[in-house]
Amino acid sequence: MKLPIYLDYAATTPVDTRVAEKMMQFLTMDGEFGNPASRSHRFGWQAEEAVEIARSQIAELINADPREIVFTSGATESNNLAIKGAADFYHKKGKHLITVKTEHKATLDTMRQLEREGYEVTYMEPQTDGLVTVAMLEAAIRPDTSVISVMFVNNEIGVVQDIAAIGEMCRSKGIIFHVDAAQAAGKVEIDLQTLKVDLMSFSAHKAYGPKGIGALFVRRKPRIRLEAQMHGGGHERGMRSGTLPTHQIVGMGEAFRIAKLEMQAEISRITVLRDRLLNGVKDLEQVFLNGNREQRVPHITNISFNYVEGESLIMALKDIAVSSGSACTSASLEPSYVLRALGMSDELAHSSIRFSIGRFTTEEQVDHTIKIVHQAIDKLRAMSPLWDMFKDGVDLNTVAWVAH
Amino acid sequence: MAYSNKVIDHYENPRNVGSFDKDDASVATGMVGAPACGDVMKLQIKVSPDGIIEDAKFKTYGCGSAIASSSLVTEWVKGKSLDEAQQIKNTDIAQELALPPVKIHCSILAEDAIKAAIADYKQKHGG
Repeated sequence: MKLPIYLDYAATTPVDTRVAEKMMQFLTMDGEFGNPASRSHRFGWQAEEAVEIARSQIAELINADPREIVFTSGATESNNLAIKGAADFYHKKGKHLITVKTEHKATLDTMRQLEREGYEVTYMEPQTDGLVTVAMLEAAIRPDTSVISVMFVNNEIGVVQDIAAIGEMCRSKGIIFHVDAAQAAGKVEIDLQTLKVDLMSFSAHKAYGPKGIGALFVRRKPRIRLEAQMHGGGHERGMRSGTLPTHQIVGMGEAFRIAKLEMQAEISRITVLRDRLLNGVKDLEQVFLNGNREQRVPHITNISFNYVEGESLIMALKDIAVSSGSACTSASLEPSYVLRALGMSDELAHSSIRFSIGRFTTEEQVDHTIKIVHQAIDKLRAMSPLWDMFKDGVDLNTVAWVAH
Repeated sequence: MAYSNKVIDHYENPRNVGSFDKDDASVATGMVGAPACGDVMKLQIKVSPDGIIEDAKFKTYGCGSAIASSSLVTEWVKGKSLDEAQQIKNTDIAQELALPPVKIHCSILAEDAIKAAIADYKQKHGG
């Protein structure tokens, strides 16, 4: 077995070989390198045709109209364009927006920027299982609420929000509903003919496509308007100027085509692997699965190993590429804001690891991971004063810590 | 983040992990840090009647640098008098382990742990 083992598919996925091969046909002199906006020769026409095929492939995965797809540089840009673009365009309706504390930074920091520009934002605390209910959101709505943004699948804990129900509520109240679906495409069924979502963000590199390309779904019926955030040649019907990167777009199209084709089989296979992983660690004491147990994708599993610090655990899992709920590796000593928003204690949040499984994960890799996790937990708990105290029946909340 | 070879060595082969009987009169314990901050260090020293640290053990909950810092100080304090051990500076620890700026707090914690253990010894022995 080749080491290290990649279990960080939620951070990014490798490009599927089929996608890479397709992309290479759109780069060189021998390929279709033209500018899709060139109207005067066949180089341009061919590139444009390739872009339009990709646009249809993306629309097909999510049951949308190809004309509702706007290409961007990725989900971060899509979130920026959707939230700022809608807030700006509809500012006369009101200057209040609602989102959730567990959203991706691309949403939260966009909201922060709008606050600096005079908007007001409500950041909802989710339930301890990571979900927000329609009733919770409804209670936060004001007469001047213009946009609500809720992510489909959480990138750290994998819980799936009830987008259908939230969409119904938003539509009935005339509020623009934006959904960050970066982690959802190819992992859950997305049917935009039935979901009452106005704007939805996508990324290619979370679904075996290339980095640097994403899309924003902008609904046509009822029509949603956006204030452009990037100005220039008026590409993408004026919503996002900039020469379309044909090879990237073709890559995203191919990735989404494959996703539509193989999604069901892949979900079943990954569920089996996820269950294998969970079964493999369930005999360890003080191990907790974070987030709602049912409403979740099988790809992302976030586990707290109590009394073991996340960064040292990652170090012990050195041949396994996972990520820590704890942001200890950055200058900040703060544990994951997502886990904190679920009401988890700091120490449990510090002890969390995200395992994300994907297309190329094997049973053998999962078994090896289970073995290494056991070794690491045994070693680190033998070294942990907190584990000793727990074993001695000391309630850590009653200890007077010498904080630093 | 890339760790220095010394951090990795101490992390993979930590010296002097364990505990002494805290009721033993020659043993003193320093526990510093907090779970909420992501590190807790417990450093124990065993002191001879003439005030020399004969042995030291640690247990640490924390990142690799915190574990390495505590492992290193258990080596350093052995054979030192309490006064000598009191002189160990976090900067020495940080330098020895080549800790990056974001991990300096780990060395500070290790220095605090020594000081806390010495204070505990002095308190136990009325001094």
